[in-house]
Amino acid sequence: MSALVNIPETAAPGEIVDIKVLLQHPMETGFRTGPDGKLVPRNIIHSLRCLYLSEEVFAAELFPAVTANPFFAFTLVAETTGEVEILWADDAGEEQRQSQTLTVG
Amino acid sequence: MRLAALLALALALPAVAEERVTGFEQMSEDLQAMQNDPVANPGLFWIADGETLWSEDPGTGADSCKGCHGDASDSMAGVAASYPAWDEESGRPVDLAGRINLCRTRHQDAEPFERVSDELLSLAAYLTHQSKGMPITPDDDPRTDPWRERGEDLFARRIGQLNLSCAQCHDRLAGGHLGSALIPQAHPTGYPQYRLEWETMGSLARRFDNCIFGVRAEPYEAGSEDYVSLELYLKSRAAGLTIESPAIRP
Repeated sequence: MSALVNIPETAAPGEIVDIKVLLQHPMETGFRTGPDGKLVPRNIIHSLRCLYLSEEVFAAELFPAVTANPFFAFTLVAETTGEVEILWADDAGEEQRQSQTLTVG
Repeated sequence: MRLAALLALALALPAVAEERVTGFEQMSEDLQAMQNDPVANPGLFWIADGETLWSEDPGTGADSCKGCHGDASDSMAGVAASYPAWDEESGRPVDLAGRINLCRTRHQDAEPFERVSDELLSLAAYLTHQSKGMPITPDDDPRTDPWRERGEDLFARRIGQLNLSCAQCHDRLAGGHLGSALIPQAHPTGYPQYRLEWETMGSLARRFDNCIFGVRAEPYEAGSEDYVSLELYLKSRAAGLTIESPAIRP
């Protein structure tokens, strides 16, 4: 599963920075039946978090009604130079992480 | 008298939309922005996968697509804009997905991809992406003309329990609504495209299936002579319109 994570590389101190995250995921609801007539097990991304300077600045809990390939957009206030990390996990136990340094100054 | 003449003229004109409008132009600004945003368009995942497949070893000892064709941004620019195109060896026109599968069986000794598979959709989307911004230029091989005419016949033929033709909605009622959905003029400028309703990438054949199922008729097979004819007609009807890829539709 790939992801398109857009974190700006630089920002001025105090600037409000846009973070955009697009994740490739089937977001299988658990309510659908497969060709064999049996329920397809639920597999959705259930949580997404964003850490900035090791502190949680954004968190989302997801449910089966969320679309496949979900898109997130949120903001944070740039303070000092540091790492912005995006972490997400799905029902299949797959945990992924992408990070980038945000240079403030 | 003059009024009667005007009325007669209006009745004599074919009831088709005079100005061509693509589905993109009819979408909300939000959806247009989603399509144009290079980090919000989910179709980009398929393009990225297609790029990987383009240079991937097919595992049969034969060259990858890139091994023969080189850089797709050079060799494939404008190619998708002219499909369906004539294939000498099989003596019929083939669509882009069909061409990819012919390449696999003829030159790579590989199994063709399933018609509805992420692999085929990804490669077709990647190739279509190489024609982004270019005008649709239908194949001018005269041997495709009878097929195009057959496509036009199919477009105008009433089918299914609802006894409707494509033309009745997409020519005469385009711009109106079917329930809450806007009826587009049916210009295939961005296939394969990401439909929010499907939550995935889908081919023009899938779109045909939807409509034909909707009028309660039996859909044709993807890549069949009927679908390729219909696509040939739609592409010449949309000639000159700009290829969008990856396209998003509601």
